Amino acid sequence: MKKILIITTTVILLAISNVSAGTDGENSLSKKDSGQTKECFEKVNRGIFAFNQALDGAIFEPLAKGYRKLPIPIRRGTSNVVTNLSTLITVPNNLMQGEIKKAGENTLRFVVNTTLGILGIFDPASGLGFAELEREDYGQTLARWGVGEGCYLVLPVLGPSTARDAIGMLSGTMGGGDPWYNVTVKNDTQYFTDFDYYSSRATTGIDFRAKNIESFENLEQNSMDFYASVRSLYLQDRKQKIANSRKVTDTMDDGDWEEIESN
Amino acid sequence: MSIKKLLFKFSLVLILFSTLEVKSFSLEPKEFVQSVTNEASLILTKNFTKEQKIEKLKSIAKETVDIRGIGYYSLGVHRKNLSDVKKKEYLAVFESYFLKSFSSRLSEYTDPKIRVDSEKKLNEKYTMVSSTLLATEEKPEVKIDWRIVTKNPDKPLIIDVVIEGVSLAKVQKEEFNSIIQSNNGDINALLTSLKKFINE
Repeated sequence: MKKILIITTTVILLAISNVSAGTDGENSLSKKDSGQTKECFEKVNRGIFAFNQALDGAIFEPLAKGYRKLPIPIRRGTSNVVTNLSTLITVPNNLMQGEIKKAGENTLRFVVNTTLGILGIFDPASGLGFAELEREDYGQTLARWGVGEGCYLVLPVLGPSTARDAIGMLSGTMGGGDPWYNVTVKNDTQYFTDFDYYSSRATTGIDFRAKNIESFENLEQNSMDFYASVRSLYLQDRKQKIANSRKVTDTMDDGDWEEIESN
Repeated sequence: MSIKKLLFKFSLVLILFSTLEVKSFSLEPKEFVQSVTNEASLILTKNFTKEQKIEKLKSIAKETVDIRGIGYYSLGVHRKNLSDVKKKEYLAVFESYFLKSFSSRLSEYTDPKIRVDSEKKLNEKYTMVSSTLLATEEKPEVKIDWRIVTKNPDKPLIIDVVIEGVSLAKVQKEEFNSIIQSNNGDINALLTSLKKFINE
């Protein structure tokens, strides 16, 4: 894991140095998104993407398929547990984004699901009328603070990201912004070990992969350039999450469509 | 007029109306989307072979999707550099590509239940229709928005499908752009990839 972290950090540092070296300012981390994310290391990204695909084929996809064979209540319970844990990152980010009410609601949701829901296995909060959890992370907070996304990156094992999102993830976790990481890996508590953290992260990945087996297969089969399709999906999805918007008109630039008329 | 003739004419009118009801789509964008999704859902639910489903879905797409518009949109800035002859060639290849890609993506689904929720008119040309793919025991609900071209109010057409905020037309546009750019702006590379996909 340490090696992966070193590789990841090196790639991000390279991305940042590239951003700083740019003269056109398009990638400046201090600027807001221009709508077009720059590819600074396409060859490297494509190489890592191919590596990740091989890794997925050899490990994650078979694990996800095995996981799918588990009874639905077990999978639902597992999914609930990892979702509940993610609230621990969402709450500080709600606060940093000035969403005090949401932070309060999500804290209450976490308390209810951890106690009444037996460590998050069940989701009584939803039954009690709590709003659906909208996950937040440090990359989203940086974006809300006006930090541009920088270069598009594909991280080993972790997959698509941007310089901003990767910095957010690393600084948030290492900097003490992930309470679950703090009590498992960072601080030597008597109750949890490193294994608890890494296994929960792996389970989150497998749960996500298992929910999307058909979608990934379908996308791969119908893509002529799978790398480009995944990049587009990731970047659009991030923009939607950062905007916290479900308004249909916010999902795309209408100017794109007007171009067709002028042709 | 004899009773027989009258009955014959009456039956003829009835048959015509019933045919029209099956073949035509409603004109309001919201109803249009609901009727298209209902028809597609019916095909996917019925006991057809995969090939039969694909053929039926293709015929729905030909009637209800602005394939030419999506084709132009997917080309992005490269559209402006094309000669008329090349445009014609591209559109013909794109239609085959689109129908194959679209129908094979959809044919994997079984019994999808879509509820159309609302519509929002963006301008004279476009209306967004919001819908929800209902949750199953295995999967959560999915929000699907449809961009409808309403330039001709008598014949609305789908030009984009936005799944949980991700525009499929945009994904395609960026994929096409990537292929063209990685081949030094050569549109022929895209045409080759499209033809390869069609013949696979």
